[in-house]
Amino acid sequence: MDEPRSVWQRVHVDPWLLLGLLVLCAIGLAVLYSASGEDRAMVIRQGTRMLMGLAVMVIFAQFPPAFFSRLSPLLYVAGVILLIILNYHGTGRGAHRWLDLGFMRFQPSEIMKIAVPLVCARLIAAGSLPPTLPRLLLAAVLILLPAILIAEQPDLGTGALIGVAGAVVLFLAGLRWRYIAGIAVVGLASLIPLWTMMHDYQRQRLLTLLDPEVDPLGTGYHIIQSVIAVGSGGLFGKGWLHGTQSRLEFLPERHTDFIFAVLCEEFGFIGAATLIAVYCAVIWRGLAIALAAQDSFGRLLAGSIALTLFVYVFVNVGMVIGQLPVVGVPLPFVSYGGTAAVTLMAGFGILMSIHTHRRRLSLSL
Amino acid sequence: MLQSLSFRDRQSEVRIARSRVFVAVALMILLLVALLARLAYLQVVRHSHYTTLSQDNRVKIVPVAPTRGLIFSRDGVLLADNRPSFRLQVVPERVEDMREALAKVATLIDLTSSDIERFQQLRKRKRSFDTVPLRFNLTEEEVARFSVDRHRFPGFEVTASLTRHYPVGAPLVHVVGYVGRIDEDDLKGLDPDNYTATTHIGKIGVEQYYEAMLHGRVGLDQVEVNSQGRTLRVLDSKPPGAGATIRLTIDTRLQAAAMRALGDRRGAVVAIVPNTGEILALVSTPAFDPNPFVNGISAALYGDLRDSPDRPLFNRALQAAYPPGSTLKPLMALAGLHYGLRSPADGTWCPGWFALDDDPHRYRCWNKWGHGRMTMHEAIAQSCDVYFYQLALDLGIDRMHDFLDLFGLGRRTRVDLPGEASGLNPSRAWKRKARDLPWFPGETLIAGIGQGFQTATPLQLAQATAVIAGRGTVIQPHVVSRIETADGKAITTAIKPRRVLADLDPKAWDDVIDAMHAVVQGPTGTARRSAAGAPYEYAGKTGTSQLFAIRQNEEIENEDIEERLRDHALFIAFAPFDRPEIALAVIVENGASGSGSAAPVARKVLDEYFLRMEHSRRAAQNG
Repeated sequence: MDEPRSVWQRVHVDPWLLLGLLVLCAIGLAVLYSASGEDRAMVIRQGTRMLMGLAVMVIFAQFPPAFFSRLSPLLYVAGVILLIILNYHGTGRGAHRWLDLGFMRFQPSEIMKIAVPLVCARLIAAGSLPPTLPRLLLAAVLILLPAILIAEQPDLGTGALIGVAGAVVLFLAGLRWRYIAGIAVVGLASLIPLWTMMHDYQRQRLLTLLDPEVDPLGTGYHIIQSVIAVGSGGLFGKGWLHGTQSRLEFLPERHTDFIFAVLCEEFGFIGAATLIAVYCAVIWRGLAIALAAQDSFGRLLAGSIALTLFVYVFVNVGMVIGQLPVVGVPLPFVSYGGTAAVTLMAGFGILMSIHTHRRRLSLSL
Repeated sequence: MLQSLSFRDRQSEVRIARSRVFVAVALMILLLVALLARLAYLQVVRHSHYTTLSQDNRVKIVPVAPTRGLIFSRDGVLLADNRPSFRLQVVPERVEDMREALAKVATLIDLTSSDIERFQQLRKRKRSFDTVPLRFNLTEEEVARFSVDRHRFPGFEVTASLTRHYPVGAPLVHVVGYVGRIDEDDLKGLDPDNYTATTHIGKIGVEQYYEAMLHGRVGLDQVEVNSQGRTLRVLDSKPPGAGATIRLTIDTRLQAAAMRALGDRRGAVVAIVPNTGEILALVSTPAFDPNPFVNGISAALYGDLRDSPDRPLFNRALQAAYPPGSTLKPLMALAGLHYGLRSPADGTWCPGWFALDDDPHRYRCWNKWGHGRMTMHEAIAQSCDVYFYQLALDLGIDRMHDFLDLFGLGRRTRVDLPGEASGLNPSRAWKRKARDLPWFPGETLIAGIGQGFQTATPLQLAQATAVIAGRGTVIQPHVVSRIETADGKAITTAIKPRRVLADLDPKAWDDVIDAMHAVVQGPTGTARRSAAGAPYEYAGKTGTSQLFAIRQNEEIENEDIEERLRDHALFIAFAPFDRPEIALAVIVENGASGSGSAAPVARKVLDEYFLRMEHSRRAAQNG
């Protein structure tokens, strides 16, 4: 039973996850180099952030899962307070998404991406499974409060993703199907008041999805140009650094939210499918870690982190290929952007922590 | 117990998690299949469609204007060329403070408020990285001044482009014409594809008539642009085909001599080579400088030209129809001989006037004392009106019309210049049709001396004179001798082949030409004074076309009439009279008398031709 601990386990790093993430980062930097118009400085900045992210991941992995469980209420409360402050005193382009701390600008919604699944997992794991109704209602409040605050900023995409991260915890905890059905009905019914509450541009984005040609130079422009980039890539793509849609700047947001279109244009269907396969491998590893976890907290949290990654990828790719509305969701590890990548890495650090702090008697994977 | 409970719980928790992960994986697979299906649809099924769209995005066709063909004179002088002209232009996005920069530039280069106004308006319509012209036609000094300081003006640049230029200017404007900016009227008849990059088009003269040859073929550059439309590189280029070079029949020396001879008087000179129809000179005075028209003439300057009583814009040589006056008499004499109504020796008595049987009106001869008995030779040499009144009466207007028609009167010569007038060769049928009036016998008389309805352009007179000089060889006058395309091929122009009036008796030509010789070099010829001392022998005929109807029995000398109401002076000539090389027609508006005003002009043109040009030609042949 007593198995010698591997080097990886001693440094609390999961080699398979690490490999998958490094491959994603490498693909991301290569595509970014092309999407940015061969801007080395930008690639170096992004690479530095990724190294920072990897460092954060390794540091997080050193703490046992119980540490994160204990920390979660504090993290959650701090995040909510920051969000409330932000909604009155934030800075940022149009939307109040940034908090200026003087030495750095900071998005409290990034904290919530981790704090919400953490606090949910702790809450649900503390009771019996499947969770009881009072616990579920409390969890619903804990999920919806930050989600609505963030959606109000307005950042509908991030708000929805944080909601999903919490909901995944409840789903994995065995949320009864009848509740799921009830939530689905309530959710559909609430679409109507939601529609009336939405900002004009959010509504426009949804409408444009249905028919991009309605507004080919306005909101439809993103989708039309993105789909042209994807479609013109063909099976094998136009070649690295040879995508005309991105290099000639027809493709908007090409180094951030629409970077997947650059990949599709330059590497074709083969490249796109390869990237998706790497994501699947990482998610698969994450789910395996969840199933091997020794307690409910680890299981729920690891499952949530892995499945949330899928949701990110699905929402971003769906947007780029014109199947989902244009919401500001970056492609994990590939899109250019600061805090999002670090947060994701922190999440994977926790995932590694869950896996490498198991007691010796556990089954090795 | 507690432990086993927790162990059971743990088992069920793992079971729940396993089943939920299974559901999640199934859902993910479903969604992934949807994503991949959509990706495959876009990238494989619809690939060519999106490839086309992405090509359309980035590739634009940019037309490149061809270089306009050059125009040379017969003697090799460049009459129309394309000169680099310097313009100052600005890329607004590279200028930080436009107001300040313009103020600084204005210290080096003259900027008027209208320049700045136009610049600001153009700028609004263009994108910030487009170049916007600020000043055209910079002087060399301005270019030099700016170049020294150009580092101080980022975003400002002096560029050279080609602008049409007429080095000779005014003396040839009525032949060469000019180009101007294409306006809406021009657009109607144009091939829009070939003119996409062209800004100027021939407005008058050869520039207009030969527009299709001079323009050339538009070039097309396939360029790659980015999303803002900025050109990044040229992918493919189909260079423009330059316009054809045109060589004129006009000799600039003769043209200049005719200009000088007319001086500041209003008039026209047309000189033609008999037997070929090449126009050696075609002058209309006053002329004007075509260069200001190229880039938009100012309203003030144009107003002056348009409103001048001398009408410089009017091409008298082919747009003005004058009564030919006595210059018609040689043709009348030929008609008399041709129809057998006169022999050279037949005489007519001139008492100074002529009257019809049942009409008290006296038709005067210019010589109120009368010429006495006149043969054809004398009647031409002394320009006796009475002789030709009687001849006209004997011919009748319709025979006159038919005969004059052979010489091209009343019909456009189809010269290769736009805007030609047709003149008028009257007949009974014409008057019935145009005026709905019968023909009166008195009208035949005055038509016989080239007055009344009869009118002809100077070009038509020169053509008719060339027919006499060539003894019945009818030619089509033309100003272009050769068109050479950019790739060295010569295009022949569509000139009607010459035709000979074969049924006229060769003797008749001799008689009339002798008489015309006597006009200038005979003892009693009307133009003998202007021909004095000419070392070559030529033939001619004076003419005066009346503008002012003199009432019966009134004695008015031309000197007493206000200048602009005086008669027009005409003269036709060809030389040498026995082997003609040149035929010409001269008109001096309000010149009062053909012999006094027009014949000396012809003499100066002929002197230029025979004394200077001939001299240099011989010198060239010998040396």
